[in-house]
Amino acid sequence: MGRKLLTEHINVPGIDTFEVYRKHGGYRSVEKALKTMTPDEVVEEVKKSGLRGRGGAGFPTGMKWSFLAKPEGVPRHLVCNADESEPGTFKDRHLMSKLPHLLIEGMITSSYALGANTSYIYIRGELLYVLRILEKAIAEAYANGFLGKNILGSGYDLDLHVHPGGGAYICGEETALLESLEGKRGNPRNKPPFPAVQGLYARPTVVNNVESIAAVVPIVNDGGEEYAKLGVGKSTGTKLISACGHLNKPGIYEIELGVPVEEFIYSDEYCGGIWKGRDLKAVVAGGSSVPILPKELILKTAAGENRLMTYESLSDGGFVTGTMLGSGGFIAMDETTCIVRNTWSFSRFYHHESCGQCSPCREGTGWLEKVLHRLEHGHGHMHDIDLLVSVAKQIEGNTICPLGEAAAWPVAAAVRHFRHEFEWHVTNPAEATRPGAYYSSKAAVAV
Amino acid sequence: MAKITFDGIEIEVPDGTTILNAARQIGGNIVPPAMCYYTPIKGTGGKCRACLVKVAAGSAKDPRPMPKLVPSCITTVQDGMVVENTVNQQVMDVRKGIVEMLLINHPLDCPVCDQAGECDLQNFAFEHGVATTRYEEERRTFEKIDIGPYIQLHMTRCILCYRCVYTADQLTERRVHGVLGRGDAAEIGTYIDNIIDQDFSGNVIDVCPVGALTDKTFRFKQRVWFTKPVNAHRNCENPKCSGNVVLWYKGKDVLRVTARKDEYGEVKEWICNTCRFEKKETSDWTIEGPSHIQRTSVISANHYELPVMNPQVIADLPESSVRDLENNPPLKLGR
Ligand SMILES: Cc1cc2nc3c(=O)[nH]c(=O)nc-3n(C[C@H](O)[C@H](O)[C@H](O)COP(=O)(O)O)c2cc1C
Ligand code: SF4
Ligand code: FES
Repeated sequence: MGRKLLTEHINVPGIDTFEVYRKHGGYRSVEKALKTMTPDEVVEEVKKSGLRGRGGAGFPTGMKWSFLAKPEGVPRHLVCNADESEPGTFKDRHLMSKLPHLLIEGMITSSYALGANTSYIYIRGELLYVLRILEKAIAEAYANGFLGKNILGSGYDLDLHVHPGGGAYICGEETALLESLEGKRGNPRNKPPFPAVQGLYARPTVVNNVESIAAVVPIVNDGGEEYAKLGVGKSTGTKLISACGHLNKPGIYEIELGVPVEEFIYSDEYCGGIWKGRDLKAVVAGGSSVPILPKELILKTAAGENRLMTYESLSDGGFVTGTMLGSGGFIAMDETTCIVRNTWSFSRFYHHESCGQCSPCREGTGWLEKVLHRLEHGHGHMHDIDLLVSVAKQIEGNTICPLGEAAAWPVAAAVRHFRHEFEWHVTNPAEATRPGAYYSSKAAVAV
Repeated sequence: MAKITFDGIEIEVPDGTTILNAARQIGGNIVPPAMCYYTPIKGTGGKCRACLVKVAAGSAKDPRPMPKLVPSCITTVQDGMVVENTVNQQVMDVRKGIVEMLLINHPLDCPVCDQAGECDLQNFAFEHGVATTRYEEERRTFEKIDIGPYIQLHMTRCILCYRCVYTADQLTERRVHGVLGRGDAAEIGTYIDNIIDQDFSGNVIDVCPVGALTDKTFRFKQRVWFTKPVNAHRNCENPKCSGNVVLWYKGKDVLRVTARKDEYGEVKEWICNTCRFEKKETSDWTIEGPSHIQRTSVISANHYELPVMNPQVIADLPESSVRDLENNPPLKLGR
């Protein structure tokens, strides 16, 4: 059983209150940082920990923090990205609703490290109940002297605000988030300038995922080196994985990075295998944006090594035979899943969520969806399959923000690994469009 | 000053210049197309991706290539930067893809569109696109909207360049708020509607690269290639209005008044709605003479000018590369 750094006390009754949280060692990191460490020492611990951003891109958090520009007399900000809207990813919601004080504690310690005196939590608009939980917890933190002026007598001031989004996935992209937080339309910005130089209100800003900020708490408590002992290689520490799909035990698991994918899917400690005794067909390992992999390639790399739940192992083989750890949204699909239908469903999401600023994504996401819709509904042609790949390629790399890629990758990967299913939809439209129909290599069709 | 190499041609430009404006100083057909960037309007650019170029070397200090193509309209030059546009096949392929994307939801109603003949999208498609389409799906459409007595918004033709939004915002000093909805359902929204009583709202017609915002006083009056552009001015009462315009004649009648545009289609001197919509008599104006006809304009009836490079830049080029350029123009018009 792996160690739990974030969720150890998640099931303690009343842990969402200040009192109980404090009793279980809460806010120790704030005391330690503010009383015994300089901000730079906190940054140094985070660097040593090897923590990588949990929001999807996996960028080393300590390095991001050290890029923060520090011009004289200009305020800096820390913004927590709690917009979690990626299909398949639902870990931040759980963490915030159960352990609101963990995020607040992380925000205080991190803001101190960055020299921010006003910090924000930008939360997905649909999570109104979580917003209420956070607001209540923040009020408690103010009342107990952990927020506000002169925290713990250290002379450090911090105000923390929660701001709900308006229900757009794109506002999870960090620069769109900042625009939205400024009260504007959530359109991503062209980069450079990066937020570390010109972020919120054109001030130097760090944007971090909820889980990244929460991880700062154990890092400061136990030291960066201790944290780095967990995990494998450059994938240190623990990661929340939200597992869903055709699993016996879907749910949110805090795993030590490095657990073999096979163990994660099949062992009783984690997902307990595929439901109804069925066979696994495919896995989307890191939220809907990452390439889908067939069973053979998710369990073993192309070189035949066991695939592990780490940034490196999952991306082994690049996009030809690999994928990404992404945000930890683990979607398992059993043998009765129709890959064409699934790809269309993802595509519909990106079409709906494109902000519409840049032409490749605005037009391309709609195009992909319409072609996939036709294929799924039995009106596809063979040349549509290559068209999908071509359109995906025209989007990829040419957009303002990575949403374009997030829309293109899943389509390209589905065709790469499951071309036969697309062809089957073209050649057998009558069978393929029967309700519940799916392609199986054992029998051509089953319903 | 920063020295950069653009498609093999060296030029020195002030620090802070964008790659696109550096290329425009060279001139000729190495200049990347721009569908959303508009020099006089702050905040424009970076959206349409028509101007993407390859940066083969970032700067003298850090000569690594940039991993992705960059929008030349908003990327500033660095000393020692090497940029590839027409000489780079990837750039040309991507540009072809951008044309395709811009056209899939466009109604292609040029035969009934007032903008035809002076449309940036037509020119862009003509120079970089292909003659066929791979798009079989239904196109997105919108109802036409009259925004005030003078302007019609035909959203179906819009390429969401945001130029009019920023123009309205900056000429009439109101906050940014002009696009409603997301993705391919996004549309130019109510804010434009509200600026319509402002003196300078008519300029959104001139900045629109396509026929999405058209002059209702000119609607369906005449194809632009049957009209004759004449430069004229008047002493406008409005202190912010330059009074320098182009009158578009058909016979003795002034059918349309527009601001003057440079060779990249940019208006440098704004005009007010009175000049644009209400002064349609020759007696309202002091005539200066015929306007220069743009190289891409259909008014020149197939006598298209070849794009010209800045003679000064050519003078500085080594003999060998001038010959090279003459024999192999980097890009042929209408391949
Ligand atoms: C379309 C899009 C949506 C995103 N949504 C989220 C999100 O909901 N939550 C999140 O933490 N990061 C999201 N990101 C990633 C952020 O841009 C950013 O990389 C992240 O918040 C950085 O935090 P980290 O370094 O702690 O991972 C999204 C990115 C894109 C392109
Ligand atoms: S890639 Fe899509 S979501 Fe991102 S800026 Fe462009 S249109 Fe908007
Ligand atoms: S002109 Fe540069 S992106 Fe549109």
